[in-house]
Amino acid sequence: MRDRPVLTASQINDELLWPVFELRRRHVLAFLPPFILVMAGAVAVTILIWQGLWVTGLNRPAFWGFFIVNFVFWIGVSHAGTMISSILRLTQAEWKRPITRAAEVMTVFALVTSLIHPVIHAGRPWRIVYWLLPYDFTRGVWPDVRSPLVWDPVAITTYLTGSILFVFTALIPDFAIIRDQSTGMRRTIYGALAMGWRGTPRQWQLQGIFGILMSALILPVFVSVHSIVSWDFAASVVPAWHVTVYAPYFVIGAVHSGVSMVLTLMAFMRWIFKLENFIWEDHFDAVGRLLIFIATAWLFFFFLDFAFSFYTREEQEVAVMERRLLEWPFNAITVIMVLTSYVIPIPLWLNRKVRRNIALMFWTSILVNIGMWLERFFLIIPAIERKQELTFLWANYVPSLTESVIVLASFGMVAMLLIIFAKLVPLVPAWEQKEGQVFRSEVQIGEVTVPAIVRESEEPRAW
Amino acid sequence: MANQSVLGLYENADSAAEGARNLREAGFTSDDYEVMTGNPYPEGAFGEHVKKNKLFRFSLFGAFIGFITAFLFVFATQTAFPLVTGGKPILAIPASMIIMYEFTLLVAMIFTVIGVIFESRLPRPGGAGPLYDARITLGYIGLLVTVDESRIGNAQQALQSGGAEEVINEPA
Repeated sequence: MRDRPVLTASQINDELLWPVFELRRRHVLAFLPPFILVMAGAVAVTILIWQGLWVTGLNRPAFWGFFIVNFVFWIGVSHAGTMISSILRLTQAEWKRPITRAAEVMTVFALVTSLIHPVIHAGRPWRIVYWLLPYDFTRGVWPDVRSPLVWDPVAITTYLTGSILFVFTALIPDFAIIRDQSTGMRRTIYGALAMGWRGTPRQWQLQGIFGILMSALILPVFVSVHSIVSWDFAASVVPAWHVTVYAPYFVIGAVHSGVSMVLTLMAFMRWIFKLENFIWEDHFDAVGRLLIFIATAWLFFFFLDFAFSFYTREEQEVAVMERRLLEWPFNAITVIMVLTSYVIPIPLWLNRKVRRNIALMFWTSILVNIGMWLERFFLIIPAIERKQELTFLWANYVPSLTESVIVLASFGMVAMLLIIFAKLVPLVPAWEQKEGQVFRSEVQIGEVTVPAIVRESEEPRAW
Repeated sequence: MANQSVLGLYENADSAAEGARNLREAGFTSDDYEVMTGNPYPEGAFGEHVKKNKLFRFSLFGAFIGFITAFLFVFATQTAFPLVTGGKPILAIPASMIIMYEFTLLVAMIFTVIGVIFESRLPRPGGAGPLYDARITLGYIGLLVTVDESRIGNAQQALQSGGAEEVINEPA
């Protein structure tokens, strides 16, 4: 790690809180493209609701198309946010400081965006309310807990609730900073959110324990949620979905796309909010090294999926694999997916100079996410097109323009929500940066002076 | 005699530690003063004593409540509408475990947050209080002494001699 810049508390406040107090052109310019995408998505959803599901490419037997692909993709992205933040907190990694909050917030917004998809997919969203509320207690009909379609909302609700609580509680000290620097209505609102925070040693001690305890609680949820999403598929009887490897395969795929998305986000934060003093080349380097391991693990499961299918020699399994590998357009999708998720980025990331080049890391992270989005398409669509016996209809799913616009809008939505969030609170926790300055030190070893971080002893103190 | 408060504001950690030391030498205990900072410092940096918290109990209690709730929900609902699907048992333990696992962690997380807020003595009625100073989040360190009126003069003197930038008395 390079020597961290020496910053005073008020410099940290100024550099991290300017988006809250000022509206600069770069913030507005960053907001406009995602806002336009979201507006286009709103028009597409309106057309879909007005016209019905025929405006999509969904038809027998492929009733799960772009919406479910995108739902799984965003659930996946949401995973790595909290995962990376929790692992860094649990291991007390020093380079966590500028990353944790943005990653956690990305989790929340990616989850919210993913949850919109099943609602849109219903075609007539208001009927979801009619089906769900009020629950039909009078006839004693209850949810069937044996169904993955019940496990899924339970797991996602748990993860979303946990992630929101995680973000909110860690925000309280920063609400207090904004409260102290504001006047008028802003002071009242942030004062209410800060709940009277004063920064006493007890409050700080609890914040520290909370970060570690909550990380330990949310990590098992993170693993379970994407496993459960994979069981939406694996617990069915659809050939090529009905495999035991799906849970770890989905989890590692989620981590791959999510950590890459964190990288994209770090680059954007550095460019838009001028966070050069907080997000350094070292952070990109560290995430890049982590991604080499994750991507290789993902590739292992990718091959394992094929191995399991071919090992069974079941005709229908092999037929789906044949479709994925040899038939147009899935053969092209498979090639692009492997190239963008592994073959292109990994040799680049093996080079230290590339890992420290922010523009290259940004573009390779985009490539990975293109690949990982295609991976969800590759997993879901060929199998549901049901190239098998006793199916009265085989069909090719051709996504419509309306669906494509909604998919693009989902990317705009996550970006827009993040930019709005950055207007309300700093994306880099100001109090954690100040803590980093307190623990900053230098060690003289022989003739060199090395930057060091002092860590508190775990030994009980004599009072 | 009624209690009164006085706040000493220090520009850096060294002078605040000096102020705290002066207070202790003047006969005040670590229970008589409260430290307020804009970021965490190592525990005991200002001679303060942080009492043990019970946060873990909140999490454990939450996990227990979540597990019991899920257990009752799963088994009561399945027996209330005993429809056999796909030849599976009505009370399918592996499937029920998933719901119980999620509920256990969900309620444990909710109770952890409640625990942090409660143990941090939040929300504080009336905000941060009359003797809180906004400069604390700009890097200043506050030592808030609350003692009976007769000792407030000593406290002011101890804070001042420690190099306090400003000593603020409680508004009348």
